[in-house]
Amino acid sequence: MTPILDVRDLEKTFGSLVAARDINVSVPAHQTVGVIGANGAGKTTFINMITGHLRPTKGSIRFEGRDITGKPSREIVRLGISRSFQVAQIFPTLTVFENMCIAAAIARRKSGLLGNILTPVTSPAATSEAEAAIDLFQIARYRDVTANALPQGVRKLLDIGMAVAGSPRLLLLDEPTSGISIEEKFDLMNVVMSALKSRKITVLFVEHDMEIVAKFADRVLAFYDGTVIADGTAHETLDNPRVQELISGVRLKAASHA
Amino acid sequence: MLTASAILTDGLVYAAYLFIVAVGLTLIFGVMKILNVTHGSFYAFGAYGAATAVGIYTNGDWPAALGFLFMLGFAMAIGLVMGIILERGLLRLVYGKDEVVIVLVTYATFLILEDVIGLVWGTASYAAYQPMIAAGNIEIGDLVLSNYDIVLVVLAAVVAALAYWSLKFTRYGRLLTTVIYDRETAAAFGINVTLVYTVTFLIGAALGALGGAVMAPKISVTLGIGVEVIVLAFAVVAIGGMGSIEGALVGALIVGICRAAAVHLVPQIELFVIYGVMALVLVARPYGLFVRAQPRKI
Amino acid sequence: MQSRASLLGGLALLVAAALAAPFLPDWMVSLATIAFANALVVLGLVVLWRVGLVSFGQALYYCIGAYAVALTGRWTGFTDALALVLLGGVGAGIVAASIGFLLARYREIFFAMLSLALSMILYGVLVKTESLGSTDGFSVATPTFFGYAPHGAQLSHWLYWLTLGVDAIAALLVGLYFRSVAGALAAPIRDNEIRVEFLGISVSGIIHTKVIIAGVLGGLGGALAAMSIGHVDPNMAYWTTSGGFVFVTVLAGSGYVAAAFVGSLAFEALRSFAVDVMPQLWQMTLGSVLLLTILFLPEGLGSLVSRLRQRRAVKP
Repeated sequence: MTPILDVRDLEKTFGSLVAARDINVSVPAHQTVGVIGANGAGKTTFINMITGHLRPTKGSIRFEGRDITGKPSREIVRLGISRSFQVAQIFPTLTVFENMCIAAAIARRKSGLLGNILTPVTSPAATSEAEAAIDLFQIARYRDVTANALPQGVRKLLDIGMAVAGSPRLLLLDEPTSGISIEEKFDLMNVVMSALKSRKITVLFVEHDMEIVAKFADRVLAFYDGTVIADGTAHETLDNPRVQELISGVRLKAASHA
Repeated sequence: MLTASAILTDGLVYAAYLFIVAVGLTLIFGVMKILNVTHGSFYAFGAYGAATAVGIYTNGDWPAALGFLFMLGFAMAIGLVMGIILERGLLRLVYGKDEVVIVLVTYATFLILEDVIGLVWGTASYAAYQPMIAAGNIEIGDLVLSNYDIVLVVLAAVVAALAYWSLKFTRYGRLLTTVIYDRETAAAFGINVTLVYTVTFLIGAALGALGGAVMAPKISVTLGIGVEVIVLAFAVVAIGGMGSIEGALVGALIVGICRAAAVHLVPQIELFVIYGVMALVLVARPYGLFVRAQPRKI
Repeated sequence: MQSRASLLGGLALLVAAALAAPFLPDWMVSLATIAFANALVVLGLVVLWRVGLVSFGQALYYCIGAYAVALTGRWTGFTDALALVLLGGVGAGIVAASIGFLLARYREIFFAMLSLALSMILYGVLVKTESLGSTDGFSVATPTFFGYAPHGAQLSHWLYWLTLGVDAIAALLVGLYFRSVAGALAAPIRDNEIRVEFLGISVSGIIHTKVIIAGVLGGLGGALAAMSIGHVDPNMAYWTTSGGFVFVTVLAGSGYVAAAFVGSLAFEALRSFAVDVMPQLWQMTLGSVLLLTILFLPEGLGSLVSRLRQRRAVKP
């Protein structure tokens, strides 16, 4: 079967700075992949290249067999790859429902030059998807709250929910638990992961907390100095001596994974 | 040959005048991120103030040089007074709002001041040509130049040099550069940003009035002169890059020479050429010649 | 429910306004015609204002619409009012579509400045083109209505009705547009463009459409105004004309389609009053009203309505 994501010899340089190099990763559908590595190891650059925010200097990215290298973000999103952000990117002046509804409506708009104009934003398809996503991410009690008044955890859920409302098949989560207190992290990840599982979405998530990685990832990629230095099951990667040596914090937690 | 040298001298004189007007606008934008439509009013008040001053000194039979300085000083004093009233009384209230909203605030103030001019000086035009006459002409080969124009070019050069020197080498200039670069950091380092704003706005206002003052002897001082000047100054500043002093200089030279060339060669496109150049520059470099776009980060 | 109520309310107002014409003095009908023609330009600016964009050059399209009508009449002798209005809208729309490729890349004051420059280019051309009357402009041929050629008061009534009709259709379409995906994206684009792109839609594409819509509306407004005034001149493209439209837009706010029409009518009424009573204080009045609006009613006069509604909703 074709992998859902196939990355070959990916490289990104900014002048003389090498942000990513020799990245080769193939992800089969329905896998949950954790991405670890210190700050500046190239994780976000990797995500930014897949989602079209950065154009790779070299290499290719295939999604479901189709070459998407260097395509603009909006096209990649329409093909079925969504992302969430390290700092939640939501529309602060709109309510939770309106945020979701916009996301759902954009994904369900009519095609063609005038599709944006001919599709009402509150079409039944869009509103029912918005309600469904709100329920799925368990934020129904914030439904009519303006987004800039939301607590941090709900902002994160809304951000991911908006990505999911576009019905992607591959979702990239950039540090879904950053800015969340330790007590809340697991609850948040439980909500997110069971939501994604129920929608059968393949996930790549960047995470610094190794307990979370160990608990939720089927497979873990370790980034160091712009490239992947270990790729295997959570167990294999976290126990890898190079990973333990090069990525701080790994040593302590490697034994506790499930 | 004569046309070429005429284009060059006319262009230079026009550029000098444009630079004096535009430099205050770009300074205020660079530091405060305010696109100040009221700059047109500073210009108009400067011109009217200069006309009044010329009236005073010609009646008093003063020596021409003293009269000239009095005219500039009088106009700049008006600019300073207006500047402090505006900045402390009004703009202070809207700092932090959208840039576009602040433009609208200055536009509203501009409209109000247009009528204030009429109330103070009446609807009749003023002629203040005496300094221009007193300066006389000079002949270089076939070319006849007005000494007043030469003074204008020298004055623009002095303003440019002064601006350059004070930004590079004085304490206040370095403060300004810090604030331009990063407002929050500047505040965090204990720089009194509020004071920097006030001083900058005052300098800008005085420069706007100075621009009006030096032009007063060359034009008929009449209602609505600010309306025309403000869009010209916008063009200059947009071409050079908003907030850049070098940009204002280069922008003034480009507009000055282009306009002079048009006037001498194809008079029909005189106005068209200025805004055409502006549009062209903005197409190639959206932020002007001397300002770089900043990439957005996620 | 609410949209149906406002639709019916709008329709009732429209009929009342149309029926009132024969009973009003002539100057009032002319004033209302020009106000409602200009309201179209304002409506276009409202479309842009909702994404946080201000065009200080909307007079470009206004002037194109006006000159399209005047020149067609002059060169071909064609005078059918409805066709000419549509021509003005289409002409301005084509120009907007072409420069939209450029404008859609700009935001904030850069958008305002570039649109200003483009309108000043047209002004510069017209002022120096002697065959088009230079600064004086020239007269517009008397329009006809499907072969019928009214005169005097009849003519101004017909122009008034035509303007009302165009306004009604424009208001309806813009109202629908605000409820579409593209229209609803105004606040999101203002809030967070990157997020919009990552939801799979082109922000510059959406802004481009808004520029075109605003351009078409500007052209329609200019065409109607030209026929109503009976004269065109380069000042229609000057930046102070654009400034006047921006003024009404800020005053009206972006919340309601109807606010553009009410605001424009109020503006023209105020202007004719001020020009008679205190011409030397007209700009000061404008400036003060604009300042007070920005400081105390940043959402525009339309927001007064929503505030009242909220208050009523809170009270038992």
